[in-house]
Amino acid sequence: MADKTSSNAYWAANVRIIIISMIVWFACSFGLGILLRPALSGISVGGADLGFWFAQNGAIYVFLVLIFVYARVMNKVDKDHGVEE
Amino acid sequence: MDQFTLNLLVIGASFALYFGIAFWARAGSTAEFYAAGQGVPPVMNGMATAADWMSAASFISMAGLIAFGGYNNSVFLMGWTGGYVLLALLLAPYLRKFGKFTVPEFVGDRFYSTSARMVAVICLIVISVTYVIGQMVGVGVTFARFLEVSTTTGLLIGSAVVFAYAVFGGMKGITYTQVAQYVVLIIAYTIPAIFISLNLTGNFLPQLGLIGGYAPQGGEVSFLAKLDQVVTDLGFTAYTANTTNMLNMFLVTMSLMIGTAGLPHVIVRFFTVPKVSDARSSAGWALVFIALLYTVAPAVGSMARLNITTTFWPGAVAGETFSAPALSIAEIDSNPELAWIRNWEKTGLLAFSDKNGDGLIQYFNEPKALADAGKALAAAQKALTDAAADADKAPLEAAIVEATAARDAALAEATLGGKTLAEQGIVGNELTTVNNDIMVLANPEIAKLPGWVIALVAAGGLAAALSTAAGLLLAISSAISHDLIKGALRPDISEKGELLAARISMAFAIALATWLGLNPPGFAAQVVALAFGLAAATIFPVLMMGIGLAAATIFPVLMMGIFSTRVTKEGAIAGMIVGLIATSVYIFMYLGWFFIPGTNWLPNTPDAHWLGISPAGFGPVGALLNFAVAYVVSMMTKEPPRDVQELIQSIRVPKGAGKAVAH
Repeated sequence: MADKTSSNAYWAANVRIIIISMIVWFACSFGLGILLRPALSGISVGGADLGFWFAQNGAIYVFLVLIFVYARVMNKVDKDHGVEE
Repeated sequence: MDQFTLNLLVIGASFALYFGIAFWARAGSTAEFYAAGQGVPPVMNGMATAADWMSAASFISMAGLIAFGGYNNSVFLMGWTGGYVLLALLLAPYLRKFGKFTVPEFVGDRFYSTSARMVAVICLIVISVTYVIGQMVGVGVTFARFLEVSTTTGLLIGSAVVFAYAVFGGMKGITYTQVAQYVVLIIAYTIPAIFISLNLTGNFLPQLGLIGGYAPQGGEVSFLAKLDQVVTDLGFTAYTANTTNMLNMFLVTMSLMIGTAGLPHVIVRFFTVPKVSDARSSAGWALVFIALLYTVAPAVGSMARLNITTTFWPGAVAGETFSAPALSIAEIDSNPELAWIRNWEKTGLLAFSDKNGDGLIQYFNEPKALADAGKALAAAQKALTDAAADADKAPLEAAIVEATAARDAALAEATLGGKTLAEQGIVGNELTTVNNDIMVLANPEIAKLPGWVIALVAAGGLAAALSTAAGLLLAISSAISHDLIKGALRPDISEKGELLAARISMAFAIALATWLGLNPPGFAAQVVALAFGLAAATIFPVLMMGIGLAAATIFPVLMMGIFSTRVTKEGAIAGMIVGLIATSVYIFMYLGWFFIPGTNWLPNTPDAHWLGISPAGFGPVGALLNFAVAYVVSMMTKEPPRDVQELIQSIRVPKGAGKAVAH
């Protein structure tokens, strides 16, 4: 461990990004797809409502974008903190 | 050329491809056997992970589950994909940085204890063996169906194929074979889906077709509204309706997500990429390839369901469900486009009987009162036939008269298309069996696609079953050879000796899995004997148990190992044991010990469930117990030693990740 402070700062930044990503992960599946479906039943998407679409298709698209955004952001954070491979 | 020959040709060609790849990519070292020498590019690893992950259950049964469960079964779609977010964010990069070969190895090093490693080995073997039983049964019935052999022969052929490439190829052979298997299965899945979507919605992309307009009525009505209307006309629950309890839907989805992230055979895939950053993006690529099937699945399910329903009620296609009479048996036998009905009837996945003798097949959902009265009548009739010759028949005959009266009352009560069933001379639902698996298996025939597409679906189903079985068997064999033999029993074993041990363990694991597939525990055996089909009902409780256990044991221990420096070996061991026992006991309490019917303590009904939590949704509760116990025990024990603290710091940063060391 060459530089303890910088790796602590790196870890704190990583944990912050993880928490934000987990909020998105939770919101698009458990939130829109399950818990909020009754409340959002007024918004229609092609023959059904928004919650239905998120549960059957939408959440998966959000997951995909989320992972690639996380991977990209972390590559940058790795470089900024000088811990890239 | 007949269909069987065509199936044999396409399946044979796909096997030749797998064997060729496995020979080319055979493993020469333990690093290659366990982790493909850490040289698999992230996109390719993603593809292999997708094939590893998507089993016969995903390929054959899931669309049908969604078709009949509708919105409620979206839990599988969200649950089996959301886990990859957890893998990318919480586990994969750090485990890759750790740079060893197996999940128990990480647990052993991080929790500085061989005992912790052995508890992890036990959890891994319980999870993977549970999971592999479902796969082997799947391999058996899939081979049986498409090669027209018995289930036993089918299972033996499947085992021989896996044996041939997994024992020699190890992770390296399996990985590159899985890439080919993925290509076969995704083509097989999407081609029929595209044609059906074009037919029903005019949309080339099934994902857009799902939310598109219904083409046979000019696209004015949306496809989903049409489906909802047709199925509710027949007394079924609307496809988009929400009828499940929200707590359970939440918990089952959570169980599937954290369980996916905790499945050892999925986790080890991320040990095979060259760099930490590759582990993150590889999880994304895996999800891309999984999503190609998972976003199509609801379209396949819902469209096949509308197709089947309108086949039996032809009036529904362009207008009202009851604007034309139900499908006649004469039509089934004379119209070549409907030949699939008789074909699938032979397999037992589809069954009909003209109960009222009008020559038409009326398909609808019997109201509960009618279904119960029908069962009571059948039981009374059976009692009379079974009665001994000298028995007093009068009370039995009276029972039949009573049951008939009850059924007639139910028929006078129930309506179909605005008229009572009694008025229409209908005595019950006449399409008596529609197995979930029909939705994928018969899809090409229902959509009138050519024979080679049908053969491709066969090869796709086999690819899905084989690729998952191989991945699981590798996880089991590396736990035995690397963690048990090299890690505990014979630490001084040479590289060559370990590679041999790995191959022998693999052969042993295949033999065990084959035996379990031939003699599956409990009710799985009975149902498999009854139905020729993959029968989602047989495999799903077992799969759900594997997932629930992964959620309650492996996921929490890995997460705590990475995100906490304070969790001690005592805490980790106690947590895993509590998670494993609590989850198994809760599942067995309702489904029977080892799924043996009649051994359950409580009925598997929502009223009897603790706080209304179904056995399939218990995984997150087990995980919470694991976290809580690990925390409390860790607080009471001495904190981890300095070198372990340093290990944790080092896996948290990508810098310095090298090739795995065969220590």
